[in-house]
Amino acid sequence: MTALLEARNIGKRFGGVRALQAVSLTIQRGEIYGLIGPNGAGKTTFFNVLTGLYPRDEGEVIFAGSPLPLGEPHRVAQAGIARTFQNIRLFANMSARENVMVGRHARSKVGVAGAVLRSRAQREEEAAISRRADELLAYVGINARAGDLAKNLSYGDQRRLEIARALATEPQLLALDEPAAGMNATETAALRGLIVRLRDDGFTVLLIEHDIKLVMGLCDRIAVLDYGQKIADDVPAAVQRNPKVIEAYLGTTA
Amino acid sequence: MSAGMNNARMPRNVQLALAVIALAVLPFMVSAGLGNTWLRVLDFALLYVMLALGLNIVVGFAGLLDLGYIAFYAVGAYVYALLASPHFGLHWPVWAILPLGALAACGFGVVLGAPTLRLRGDYLAIVTLGFGEIVRIFMNNLNAPVNITNGPKGIASIDPIQVGGHALAQPLEIFGVTVPALVLTYYFFLALALLVMLAGLRLQNSRIGRAWAAIREDEMAAKACGINTRNIKLLAFAMGASFGGLAGGLFASFQEFVSPESFSLMESIMVLCMVVLGGMGHIPGVILGALVLTVLPEAFRHGAGPVQQAVFGQVLVDPENLRMLLFGLALVAVMLYRPSGLWPDPRHRQEFNSR
Repeated sequence: MTALLEARNIGKRFGGVRALQAVSLTIQRGEIYGLIGPNGAGKTTFFNVLTGLYPRDEGEVIFAGSPLPLGEPHRVAQAGIARTFQNIRLFANMSARENVMVGRHARSKVGVAGAVLRSRAQREEEAAISRRADELLAYVGINARAGDLAKNLSYGDQRRLEIARALATEPQLLALDEPAAGMNATETAALRGLIVRLRDDGFTVLLIEHDIKLVMGLCDRIAVLDYGQKIADDVPAAVQRNPKVIEAYLGTTA
Repeated sequence: MSAGMNNARMPRNVQLALAVIALAVLPFMVSAGLGNTWLRVLDFALLYVMLALGLNIVVGFAGLLDLGYIAFYAVGAYVYALLASPHFGLHWPVWAILPLGALAACGFGVVLGAPTLRLRGDYLAIVTLGFGEIVRIFMNNLNAPVNITNGPKGIASIDPIQVGGHALAQPLEIFGVTVPALVLTYYFFLALALLVMLAGLRLQNSRIGRAWAAIREDEMAAKACGINTRNIKLLAFAMGASFGGLAGGLFASFQEFVSPESFSLMESIMVLCMVVLGGMGHIPGVILGALVLTVLPEAFRHGAGPVQQAVFGQVLVDPENLRMLLFGLALVAVMLYRPSGLWPDPRHRQEFNSR
């Protein structure tokens, strides 16, 4: 395996709060990498820095051999990192298919002139975008809801739609921020199946999750954040036994 | 039931042919039935349709509230006025000035858009409002030390539009039928309004239109999808402004006179009302909104006096005051009973009713 992503000494401050301190981690191509930690540990902050939504204060990220343009989310997406959000962020008043079609934006190029003149290239590209959207909706299993507005989908389906939209950007790394949050046992099991399938189909997955059972069973490696610092980075079994991790989650014994 | 509706429905090309005939005959009927005043109103309505469609790109598609839109109309109008009037002694041809006016407005659109990219909602509205006023005040004061815009006096004797060597301000005789000037203008404006509409429809159902909608719905998610929100927002401002500039050029040639007072904040608000009242983001609705809000105030203006005379035997309230009162009431009523507009996007209307 080779490294797909290498984060070096990522630091992020909000005023006086050091949300991230020198976090370094390496994600190998083709693995499912888990990022866990107690509430407020900095998981989502790390995600937002990685995907460019927050400017980082220190450090750099090497992705697929070149530095990632941190602070510019659209260029991060173009570089090949797609994400979902902890509190689902779909385009609520657009259909499920349109949501996925938006994901094709960075991988298509027809501009205003092509759109207004309905050029041949534009029609072909539109057809390809629409076809790909339908394929991805089928891939995550919600093709029957393609025409429905995103906000009318069930919670689980919305999570799936967000993944389909992320896949539309042709990512090498798929970053999922608490995908199982709020899901019942059946939905979580189905999600686990989907994530395994993604890995088998060649995607690298970075997973933030609160559901420890899901993370332990699914991930190849796990990093643990606590108070903005990485306190462990290992295979699940080793992380589970790590005294620092136990302390972070359960507190010190008296 | 849907099968029955399909049977009752005419083929698409028959519908189209009927629409073309109706639009072609309309000015003659208006002229014969209501007189030339109303034909003029109809011509103006087409200008407002273009303006509303342009603003709809910014407000309806991209969700950026713009209260200074009339500035682009002003830029288009002044470009036309300066290049085709005795003011500078320039008399450029229409086919050169109209695109130039649109292009100049497009440039102003980018100039306005660039500093406001980080703003949204109320703050964006305030900055755009200021921009609209700045443009108007510039037009008002650029008569000294060098006289560019002729200040509050405005620019007069602007050349009427010439198409194929014929001025639209002159009646045209074809096959023994005299087509009046206002009808010629109507056809020309209609053609351009239809082009603007077609461009709007095509943009909406394209990669660009989806990117606008995505920014409107959730800008952060749009960024995460790889959309360069800065450029796409600027594009919305530029496209909207271009249509406004085009309409402005037509306005200048139609009036044969421009002055800063035609481009007040009230006009910006009026165009915004057309978009919101018709149905934001839904092109047929926006066109309806523009037509209703051009025709309705005129109807009040002309109808209020005679109606009072007939009912009360005298004119109790000045028609001009009554006009604004009724207009305001109509707006309030629409917003109360049809908050998503007179003719909203069917998908969204469905949504609203189910809530």
